[in-house]
Amino acid sequence: MAYCPCGTRNFDYKKDMAVFRTPFHWGALVILLGVLFISPAFLHGSIVNLINEIALISITVMGLNILTGFCGQISLGQSAFMAVGAYVTAILATRYNFNFLIALPCGALGAGIVGVLFGLPSVRIKGFYLAMSTLAAQFIIPALISNPFAFITNGTNSLRVPAPQLGSLTFNTPQTFFYIVVPIAIIAIYIAKNISRTGIGRAFIAIRDDDLAADVMGINTFRYKLLAFFLCTLYAGMAGGLWAYWLRSINPDHFMLNNSIQYLAMLIVGGMGSVPGAVFGVSFLLILDHLLREFALQMGVFFPTWANLFQQASTPLLYGLVIVFFLIFEPRGLAHRWEVMKTTWRLRPFSY
Amino acid sequence: MVDFLQFVVNGMMIGGVYALIALGIVLICKSSAIFNFAVGEMTMVGAFLMWTFFDVLGLPFFVSIALTLIGSGFLGFIMQRLAIQPLIGQPLLSAMLVTLGLSYILKGVSTLAWGNTTERISATIGGKPLFLGSIIIQSDLLICFVAASLIFIFFFFFYKYTDIGLAMQAVAEDHRTAQARGINVRKTFAIVWFIAGVISCIGGILLGFRLGVTQFLSLVGLKAFPAVLFGGVDSMVGAFIGGLIVGILESLGGGYIAPWIMEPIPYIILLVVLIFRPEGLFGLKRIERI
Repeated sequence: MAYCPCGTRNFDYKKDMAVFRTPFHWGALVILLGVLFISPAFLHGSIVNLINEIALISITVMGLNILTGFCGQISLGQSAFMAVGAYVTAILATRYNFNFLIALPCGALGAGIVGVLFGLPSVRIKGFYLAMSTLAAQFIIPALISNPFAFITNGTNSLRVPAPQLGSLTFNTPQTFFYIVVPIAIIAIYIAKNISRTGIGRAFIAIRDDDLAADVMGINTFRYKLLAFFLCTLYAGMAGGLWAYWLRSINPDHFMLNNSIQYLAMLIVGGMGSVPGAVFGVSFLLILDHLLREFALQMGVFFPTWANLFQQASTPLLYGLVIVFFLIFEPRGLAHRWEVMKTTWRLRPFSY
Repeated sequence: MVDFLQFVVNGMMIGGVYALIALGIVLICKSSAIFNFAVGEMTMVGAFLMWTFFDVLGLPFFVSIALTLIGSGFLGFIMQRLAIQPLIGQPLLSAMLVTLGLSYILKGVSTLAWGNTTERISATIGGKPLFLGSIIIQSDLLICFVAASLIFIFFFFFYKYTDIGLAMQAVAEDHRTAQARGINVRKTFAIVWFIAGVISCIGGILLGFRLGVTQFLSLVGLKAFPAVLFGGVDSMVGAFIGGLIVGILESLGGGYIAPWIMEPIPYIILLVVLIFRPEGLFGLKRIERI
């Protein structure tokens, strides 16, 4: 069910289900993608870096969206799964000289397998019990990385990762790395959007709304819950691998509980269960966070004693306030606002 | 053997405080089915308040304790009114996530207010260590444990026999029925959060004496979560025993395996418990019907 401009008619099912329905949609898409792809040429490096970060985090939040938004299972361990992906990718790249085109999928797969292991308790538990079992992943995985596996992961010291290379091309600047992370993010968004429109996605939504009813209707809830965990952590692993290539130096400290909660916050702000919402949430919060930190830096010139504190407090305050405000006042997130805006624009100047 | 007993005793002592903080979670969980993720930060704020009243303002010891308890109680009350109350009727997920958001706000505000240094409460509790055979019991830990147990027993009976406790029990059973019987559900929620604030602040004060008052005190909440789930979210006795289990596991794991395992080991065991007994060791098994 979609609202269309006047005069747009759907003559078959395929057309009815299309995401991009009108020539205007297609034109806008092509122009947007075109502008995006030439943007690194004329944007400042730090802005390109921010775009890279948004694309990278979008991938992991998109995974979380599949698990939490569509399937209704809470995960507080997203960044731990990212850590698995990051370390698998990094180890393959440094110790075995894998090309990034092979190392990234391996990392994603590794994270997916670990994710399924931690998803197993979801067979019997839900709600905050499940949140707890993913929280367990958040504690167990970084502890394992920094201690028993220290011989291969460098423990709490950073593990350096070489820049991704393809033939003679080296992707070692924000401008070049852009061409790895953004296409992968777009593919990830494309896949997530299409998962939500197929039988799998509908099964996820049925489980989210009432898993008992879904079970009675013949959906194998166990299988689909595990599938949701697998997809979610696959995305997380891919994002983690990209993270390793992005910073080119990874540390268990990059993947703590704070990060997992921030990803959840991004999902809430964007709107749970909405594919564009996840991207909105990530962009909104990351840009706001950067602006706030920049502001704190500027304030430091005037209030040197407070600058440090303000810088440390700004991120938790921002995320906390945003979570609480959005949950209370706009539980459907920015995606809902976006829909409202589109509808208003379509009906303009008649608001009915 | 002596080593083993020593580890168990140490674990039990610190586990008493975990149990107390877990009790704060269980009370809220029982009455409103909300898992309070902000409990660690509430604990930390309690310790900071105590330090402010006692060391900065120089108030007498017991006056500052009383003020701290009241202050933390009101903190819980305000959290409930501003953030939890508007979400009644929303999905459980929202209520849970809002407590995560609250924990972040508390973290940010306390960083702004108190900074990130380690402060010491200048009063000390306890004195010379006690010797039980060849087992050493540190007296400050013993005081923590005894205080935690006494408070626990107090709230156990409070919950069972006073009017407010019974009202809390009724609300826990069913909101609508409780309302129909003339219980003010909103007021009861407020009281529950007030009490939860007080309890977590007691934990904060006890830990503040031992570990110093820092931002890191909020990490104790992460020990209380597995404690709650070990016992089952709706069992007070379970919370107490869960807290002790977490303390003992931590101490044994740290002593016998390696120090790094102290943090994840409660969670490793928790995963096993969750798979085989999802309702916890003492929790009520809920059967779903269509």
